[in-house]
Amino acid sequence: MEKHLHCKDFVDTISSYVDGDLSEELCVELDKHLSECDNCRIVVNTLRKTIDIYQHQAENEKAPEDVKDRLFYRLNIEQFRK
Amino acid sequence: MINEESEPLNLKKVQSGDPEELTRMVQQYSDPIYRVALRMLNNQAEAEDVLQETFIKALRSLENFEGRSNLSTWLYRIAVNESLMVIRKRKPEVSIIHDDTGDEDNEGISVSQIVDWCCLPESEFLSNETRSVLNDAIQKLPENLRSVFILRDIEGLSIIETAQALELTETNVKTRLLRARMKLREELSVYFGERMSEY
Ligand SMILES: [Zn+2]
Repeated sequence: MEKHLHCKDFVDTISSYVDGDLSEELCVELDKHLSECDNCRIVVNTLRKTIDIYQHQAENEKAPEDVKDRLFYRLNIEQFRK
Repeated sequence: MINEESEPLNLKKVQSGDPEELTRMVQQYSDPIYRVALRMLNNQAEAEDVLQETFIKALRSLENFEGRSNLSTWLYRIAVNESLMVIRKRKPEVSIIHDDTGDEDNEGISVSQIVDWCCLPESEFLSNETRSVLNDAIQKLPENLRSVFILRDIEGLSIIETAQALELTETNVKTRLLRARMKLREELSVYFGERMSEY
């Protein structure tokens, strides 16, 4: 990669970057850009944090017990026996 | 996030209508399906309806399940489609909002919020206020971005599984995921940026 990497190029790949879903070569380029560009570093950190907060919020979230009770009542699983 | 520790389901038994195995299937998947519906709809009563409809449809058409995707992917697909139907019924005069920009280009991704709020105390991220900000932000996403974000980032499906569940190409999933994530990042940055000023 000869051309200088710009912030716009970074944003286009940022999602795959946080997923670790890029070639090693491209990753090295992006890492280099990040070490020189405060803005992109903030964007990538806050993006990671955004995903992280959403995951964390849902982690132990279960359907309430009364919802499950009504689900099984409604399904009446025995009737699906062939 | 399907509970990985539970014994894998016996698909043959499931398809033959073995009540014990069907019960296990419903037990394993009711939490994730409910979460998906709740995130799609932000309404508990509607999420409960979708949960019930998803399993009713699944149980009725299990014999047609061909096993080309995982059972979980298949259930997620039914749940997302049921949720979209509820949204359509809610506002019949308005068609489902889709992100207008084409799937191929990344035009319209805005990065205007540059505030490093990651250093806020952890308690900020766990507050009830934050919870409702997160919910509001996800509801603002167009449905076609919302479903991708929910399956990939909240439920932890791979890109391929998300593509199968939503009948999209992997490229489309990646493009939508990028847009969804960046929109949410913007929204949260506005909120947490303000919170930063309190410290
Ligand atoms: Zn940059």
